[in-house]
Amino acid sequence: MEQNIFISGDEAVAHGVRLSRPNVIAAYPITPQTITVERLSDMVECGDLKAEYMHVESEHSAICATMGASAVGARTFTASSSQGLLYMTEGLHYCSGGRYPVVMMNANRSVALPWSIYGDHRDSLSLLDCGWIQVYVEDAQEALDMTIQAFKIAEHKDVLTPMMVNLDGFILTHTYEMVSIPEQDKVDAFLPPFQTENKMCFENPKNMAFSSQPDDNTEFKYQQNEAMFNAVKVLKQTNKEFAQSFGRDYGDMVEEYRCDDADAILVTLGSVTGTVRVVVDKMRAEGKKVGLLKIRYMRPFPEKEIIATAKKVKAIGVIDKDISFGYEGTVFTNVNSALAKANSTVLKKNYIGGLGGRDITKNEIENMFNELLTGKLKKDGEHVEFFNLKVAIDE
Amino acid sequence: MSNMLDIKKITPKNITDKELFYGHKACAGCGGSLAVRLALKVLGERTYAALPAGCMSAVGFIYPQMAFKNNAIITPFPGVASMASGIEAGAKALGIEDYKTVAFAGDGGTADIGFQALSGMIDRDDNVLYICYDNEAYMNTGIQKSGLTPFGTKTTTTPAGKNLPGSITHKKNLFEIIAAHDIKYAATASIGYPQDFINKVNKAKHIKGATFIHVYASCPTGWGTPTHTSVEIAKEAVDCGLFYLAEYENGEFKLNKNPKEFASAAEYLKKQGRFKHMTEENINEVVAQRDMKWERMRRKWL
Repeated sequence: MEQNIFISGDEAVAHGVRLSRPNVIAAYPITPQTITVERLSDMVECGDLKAEYMHVESEHSAICATMGASAVGARTFTASSSQGLLYMTEGLHYCSGGRYPVVMMNANRSVALPWSIYGDHRDSLSLLDCGWIQVYVEDAQEALDMTIQAFKIAEHKDVLTPMMVNLDGFILTHTYEMVSIPEQDKVDAFLPPFQTENKMCFENPKNMAFSSQPDDNTEFKYQQNEAMFNAVKVLKQTNKEFAQSFGRDYGDMVEEYRCDDADAILVTLGSVTGTVRVVVDKMRAEGKKVGLLKIRYMRPFPEKEIIATAKKVKAIGVIDKDISFGYEGTVFTNVNSALAKANSTVLKKNYIGGLGGRDITKNEIENMFNELLTGKLKKDGEHVEFFNLKVAIDE
Repeated sequence: MSNMLDIKKITPKNITDKELFYGHKACAGCGGSLAVRLALKVLGERTYAALPAGCMSAVGFIYPQMAFKNNAIITPFPGVASMASGIEAGAKALGIEDYKTVAFAGDGGTADIGFQALSGMIDRDDNVLYICYDNEAYMNTGIQKSGLTPFGTKTTTTPAGKNLPGSITHKKNLFEIIAAHDIKYAATASIGYPQDFINKVNKAKHIKGATFIHVYASCPTGWGTPTHTSVEIAKEAVDCGLFYLAEYENGEFKLNKNPKEFASAAEYLKKQGRFKHMTEENINEVVAQRDMKWERMRRKWL
């Protein structure tokens, strides 16, 4: 029997890691990731988790150590957030290029300056191009379940690409929910030990992480890109198998919620999805045709899925808890690029908010839907809006 | 204690003929590659070697021509110690036995950019032998000053001219900084004294926990010396007292070589293009620094 316990998102991830039986954990503490590494330390201490827990002196060393362990065939886990994630950046590219399937939990947190320990998506979205699979979860249960799935996806021989499980700082990491903890033997059946040819061993010594010349480099990068596309099939299959074993189905790259006959939808990432879901239900009850498209994976990007949903609707709003200065939100850029390829003429708008931990309220979400339902933008040609802005803007 | 291990001395007669590092593209007379080659002969085939971005990784891993016969991996520049620690943790967790993990990094990769990770590795007492081959500048990128570049060295970022005598800082005291971690075993060595070096490698090989060897390794390209004098010049550095052979073990320092009289430092310096510009005053400062260091070492370590 699965056991239901009342835990935080960080603790849910720790349980997901424990159940996945990693060989090596290397992590450096940073708010709001800390509870995860504290729980993992406890689990190692009491023997619930048989792993080498490395007390590294920085995030840079955390990613280097996990790569080193992965390079001898160990299953590896690290966790970080914000400044720490950025401090790892060199290693993130290195890890994906070396095809080391490290799994990381990232507690989404704003990036300095100004300092803020609270949540938004600027840390991981600014690292979209570093070659990691990126999944964003909506609640603690999904955080646990995706941690287990992440090892299976990342370590698949056709993928061999590191994976980052993103959960919103504080809103998910520190909020307590009832979470169902899968049984160990079922997880063992779902996730066998890591096996790979891509490792240093004494039967067949290898020189790894080598350099390439202009004649070869493109081919390595092409293969890396192909691996990311291979992940699409693998993550879908993994979700299906997970649903069969544990009864929870998260959909594929995206989850559509009440989009079929919708006029206007909002596109979300992470925990704000839950709030939008509630607003959709409320507005639907009032007869308004609204829906929700939850993006789960930012890399590989669900281009086909977004185009398919866009075909059903008249207006799309994208909520971005980040801003690429001088342009727009990064989720919006990606969604818009997909729509442009399909010559979509759907009305679209980028709502920037929730930065540095500010709440996104039901009211604000309803306002967004109402604007989208009018079929035109409040201000003609202005596709990007910082909502709930507390400074005066010239009219 | 581990230092009391009865390990057989390695001599030119009994050292293996087997080579593990060959076919690389190092410059003629490269001291760093000699240090790596000799160390691997001692460590053997069951070795994981980690090397950061730097000369040895640049010349040893050019796809598809791999120069290490044993397992080897390039690491990010600041991450050789942490990746070696990870390799060790992974191998331990997987139950792999009878092997050694070694890190080979240059002076910049050790005393500058890689220092934080190295300090962490020693703090955790991870079972890794870290060998720093010190050629006294960033040679791979074209002879720029590092934290181990000595006073008066002309490099491409410490030019010698009217206003500056080359590098104006002194060599960081790496060996003692490492020892200050209370590491199980640390040593200095020189490719000019290869037998001393390989036996220190052998000693470290048999110690479980973090160990460190700082090996002086000449670089004809960066030093402006003939390629056939690499071993000789690395020996002269020790003989004239500008480098020294020592060990740190069980909390004690030991001078392995305590010459009654030093060979001429001026002669050592004048043989090298990097020091050619030095004035008498500059040389006197180098000698004064040397004498001060030796006075301290003799007072405290003997």
